Amino acid sequence: MIMNLFNSFMGWLDKRLPVTDAWNKHLAQYPAPKNFNFWYFFGSLAMLVLVNQIFTGIWLTMSYEPSGDGAFASVEYIMRDVDYGWLLRYMHSTGASAFFVVVYLHMMRGLMYGSYQKPRELLWIFGMLIFLVLMAEAFMGYLLPWGNMSYWGAQVIISLFGAIPIIGDDLTLWIRGDYVISGATLNRFFALHVIALPLVLVILVFLHILALHEVGSNNPEGIEVKKKKGSIKLEDQSKFTFHKQYTDKYDIVDAIPFHPYYSVKDIMGVAGFLIIFCWVMFFAPEGGGYFMEAPNFEPANGLKTPEHIAPVWYFGPFYTILRIIPDKLLGAIGMFSAIIVLFLLPWFDRGVVKSVKYRSKLHLFNLIQFSISFIVLGVLGTMPSTPIANLIGVIATFGYFGFFVALWFYSKNEKTQPVPERITG
Amino acid sequence: MSNTPVDNSRRRFLTAATVVVGGVGVAGVAVPFIGSWNPSARAKAAGAPVEVNVGKIEPGQLIRAEWRGKPVYVVRRTEKTLSDLSKHNDQLRDPDSEKEQQPSYAKNAHRSIRPEILVALGVCTHLGCAPTYHKGDFGEKVNGVSDGFFCPCHGSMFDMAGRVFQSVPAPLNLVVPDHSFPNDDTLMIGIAQGEA
Repeated sequence: MIMNLFNSFMGWLDKRLPVTDAWNKHLAQYPAPKNFNFWYFFGSLAMLVLVNQIFTGIWLTMSYEPSGDGAFASVEYIMRDVDYGWLLRYMHSTGASAFFVVVYLHMMRGLMYGSYQKPRELLWIFGMLIFLVLMAEAFMGYLLPWGNMSYWGAQVIISLFGAIPIIGDDLTLWIRGDYVISGATLNRFFALHVIALPLVLVILVFLHILALHEVGSNNPEGIEVKKKKGSIKLEDQSKFTFHKQYTDKYDIVDAIPFHPYYSVKDIMGVAGFLIIFCWVMFFAPEGGGYFMEAPNFEPANGLKTPEHIAPVWYFGPFYTILRIIPDKLLGAIGMFSAIIVLFLLPWFDRGVVKSVKYRSKLHLFNLIQFSISFIVLGVLGTMPSTPIANLIGVIATFGYFGFFVALWFYSKNEKTQPVPERITG
Repeated sequence: MSNTPVDNSRRRFLTAATVVVGGVGVAGVAVPFIGSWNPSARAKAAGAPVEVNVGKIEPGQLIRAEWRGKPVYVVRRTEKTLSDLSKHNDQLRDPDSEKEQQPSYAKNAHRSIRPEILVALGVCTHLGCAPTYHKGDFGEKVNGVSDGFFCPCHGSMFDMAGRVFQSVPAPLNLVVPDHSFPNDDTLMIGIAQGEA
């Protein structure tokens, strides 16, 4: 009886909106390679964190006061007087750091298995745009508590635009809306942080997934599971039912439907993630001074610079590149280049073999040195500037950019191992 | 083609005309959106000039004024400080103040109107931190220079005319804001010499 009612309702709905079709196309009949491993948790985890940020963010705006006079006090009010306000804020602040942890691991996965290579270049670019917007979102969000590190961090980053010749000074004035960072700056950052950028972020995530489902998921072997139509005998094809959008064009092998197989797997990932996330949120919400920095517990003060200005940890690598170059304009160019080269990664890599598993030892080494360089740059970014730290920073910066340059050279005629036709084991 | 119901050249013309008119419209609509990010009338009013009494500053003493929300350092330099200024020119990036970091009337050896009174923004030209004043113990940073400014953020150093030393992150000398002296004891920050 109830099933009948549900079915007739779905029938009514499907005639007007392709609900069942979309469900099948993207979940129940989406062909995902059967060999996803640990590294494939982070896409769905990033979406989980995004949902967390949106919900806790909406709730925080209910008690937050976006003004130069009221912002700092309203955050204290949320922490002390609003029921569960502390929890919502810690969910949001821990979520911000968790977002970057998850996204960096997600990007690392792409690097290891060549998920940026043809035909997934646009998918990678959408991902990079998400990363870029995420950084802008995090930067603007960090100004909102209006603590002293909020203030001086924003001062440092906004003054980067002043390095642009001719228009620099007018541009920074326009961004701030005042001769200094003030309530005007705070309010516009608030508007961008809660409305404009989240909207862009959600649209980009939508496009990222749409592009993913068009080209199909890569996997740890880097072997395509969509084969040319008619090239695979029926008994060798995957036994599951997939949406006709995929089977009309391809013969599908070694794949399983995303739902229920990977939805269940991802729930395991969520459980593991939440254990760590909740531990941090409840027992170390300040992240040892790395998620919330000590100077931010006093209000913004334009006349008092904190002893040591450090960005939040997730900006560390890029901040170090900015800092080690003893010229303001070149430093800013270096920092932005570090992000631009990531965008261009699909064209730096001229190889055809995707997974590191079948690529040369040189590539494996290059990937490892890149990861180490990135982590070293990140650690240095949170530390005070000293001659020895700067020297290490210069070396790590060469490691970072060297990854791309070396890749471009060796990938053309790289000694790779033969890649099997099918995913085995 | 001629017997299809579509006239392509007409269609192209109309498309182009629509794009041009629409583009002008979009540009027009963008004006208020971009313009509203400029400093408001209130912000501009708050950026009005400030007055500082310099009569009571002791030799060697630094006082801080606030102008447009930025710290302005006002220092009464001693005779010795002034005569020492030229001794470390070879260690500076821009000893002759060639870069436009000061009004033309302060482009001189002491970067000020009155030789003894230095007026400079306490904002490091690297990334906007406030340099600290080291009186007497600056020699620890630069050999042979007894006084100067040291930025705690990234280690930039400036001499007692706000001129930047070589091989530090800051690219430029400290900014000397527009200033003037309506009378002996009064300094006006934000009004150029000979303007008010």
